[in-house]
Amino acid sequence: MKYFLTELREGLAISFRAIRANKMRSVLTTLGIVIGIVSVTLMATAIEGVNRAFDKSAAAFGTDVLYIQKFPWVSNEDWMVFRNRRNIELSYVDKIERRATLVDAVAPAVLTFRQINFGNNLMEGAVVTGTTYSYISAAGVTLVDGRFFTAEESNGARPVCVVGSSVVENLFPREDPIGKTLRVVGHPYTIIGVLEKQGGLFGTFTADSRVYVPIKSFLAVFGSRRDVTIQARVANIKWMEDAKIEIEGIMRQLRGLAPGQPNDFNINQQEILTETFGPISMTIAAIGLFITGLSLFVGGIGIMNIMFVSVTERTKEIGIRKAIGARRRTILLQFLTESAALCLIGGFLGLMIAFPLSKIIDEFLPTSMPFSVVFIAIGISLVVGVISGFLPAYRAARMDPVEALRYE
Amino acid sequence: MDNTTIHLEQITKVYDMGGAEEVHALRGVSLNIQKNEYVAIMGPSGSGKSTLMNIIGCLDTPSSGLYQFNGANVSDMNDNELAKIRNKEIGFVFQTFNLLARSDALHNVELPLIYAGFPSAERKRRAKQTLEHVQLGDRAHHKPNELSGGQRQRVAIARALVTDPSIILADEPTGNLDSKTGEEIMALFEDLHRQGNTIILVTHEADIAAHAHRVNRLRDGKIERDEEVTKRISYATA
Repeated sequence: MKYFLTELREGLAISFRAIRANKMRSVLTTLGIVIGIVSVTLMATAIEGVNRAFDKSAAAFGTDVLYIQKFPWVSNEDWMVFRNRRNIELSYVDKIERRATLVDAVAPAVLTFRQINFGNNLMEGAVVTGTTYSYISAAGVTLVDGRFFTAEESNGARPVCVVGSSVVENLFPREDPIGKTLRVVGHPYTIIGVLEKQGGLFGTFTADSRVYVPIKSFLAVFGSRRDVTIQARVANIKWMEDAKIEIEGIMRQLRGLAPGQPNDFNINQQEILTETFGPISMTIAAIGLFITGLSLFVGGIGIMNIMFVSVTERTKEIGIRKAIGARRRTILLQFLTESAALCLIGGFLGLMIAFPLSKIIDEFLPTSMPFSVVFIAIGISLVVGVISGFLPAYRAARMDPVEALRYE
Repeated sequence: MDNTTIHLEQITKVYDMGGAEEVHALRGVSLNIQKNEYVAIMGPSGSGKSTLMNIIGCLDTPSSGLYQFNGANVSDMNDNELAKIRNKEIGFVFQTFNLLARSDALHNVELPLIYAGFPSAERKRRAKQTLEHVQLGDRAHHKPNELSGGQRQRVAIARALVTDPSIILADEPTGNLDSKTGEEIMALFEDLHRQGNTIILVTHEADIAAHAHRVNRLRDGKIERDEEVTKRISYATA
């Protein structure tokens, strides 16, 4: 073992001397590995970033919330099937609340996309949502300032609203929004609360752009023939499946469905999103990593090529070393060390380039470089180095010393 | 047979040149070399002397015949065992010096010790000592291109000596040196012989061979003559 370490150290010393002696060549050779590592690392970083952003978005839906809606979130069937279903009615909310035993809060949500403004500040595409005071209990949102509606404000259709962080960023960049009155296509609503920023996948599915108003006001202003989503928070996450069945039963009653008739509504939950996204994400990740891995493969071939050249160039040296008593194993190790060293240097350089690049990309696409990627990149460099270097090193080890010494 | 370092019995070497041609480099060479002998192997180009040297030096294996080195049967040995003998028992000195150009003299001399598994401090000490022995102690950190031809050959000789080998095998050691430097090197070999080393000299020049105590003349793959050197060239050194 001790001998192996000495051999390794000698091998490393020889490698660095050889690499330094041919600086230009070493740089060009390593370039392949550098580019390979940069692309693989950035790909892994982007994948990780998208996954994390997705998780944040999914979290916005709450793991213990059931969404009773006309449409399923994910389906293979024709959209028209769902389009033609009856709307979910606002009146169901009270009935579900009274009849369901496994849920502890039920709230409706109905939405529309409108322009809102405060003074000269405008925001397009705000998600104006009508709901009740129970919403704060029935959904996965947290207030960071102010409060949600009271029962009086909710039932009395008062012109109050609770807004998300994007609304604040757009309309109130320099002032406290609480107490100010914004306008939703002309209609005034006074802000009584601000929600915590959620972030999420490209700003979709988050509460950041929402303006929550009492549902009765919403229906009066924007029309009552609207499709309502009913959210129900399950009292204990362990009861999710049972709660789902219970609500299904209540809904079937409310909809007057006979036994044997299929549901004409859907009960959605966060799990559907994660279950669907998971395989998609993995497939994209696999394809992405495969493609970028190809560039690493090309880099490895470059290393192999140069190592063959290096071995041929040093034929005489190999002959001398063998004459002095180097065993085949020693020569093999010497050249393997050299190609591994080249690749490790490429790997480190690649990481040093990839890290700031990932920060830049972060501006456009959610990215985050997990620490594991660093170790994996180093590990891959090492493996590529050993594999690419093996054939040339083997050839060196098997050289006939007599012929090697004769080589000019 | 105790003092016999090298015992060769009917050694042949045949090269297959592809197709029908076969080259018989050695056609049955038998030779004994005792400890502390100074033997020259002489012959013209094509006589097989390089082949014989390679076989004696365990760089190559004979096609047939017996080779015993210090009593052990070399013909049976595998690559690793041969490498071990080359490392510890044989010190090569080449016509073209064959030093590692990118390493300094000290590193060149310690190389056999690295392969022998010596630890770093011990290696450097022995290498330095051996360099001093060949009068190059002050040039330990010079690279080969910073040394003269004679100095390079001294480094090579130091490298050959550093493992305290059973034999020193020199192939035309003065071939790339001018006559004055060549004489210095031959004087060094004489010193080494007097200090107890066994020296085998391979050459095609009669006046170089005349430094040895015994000459084997090789012709067409066989030993033609094996005789004591009558008119030896010698040096009176301090």
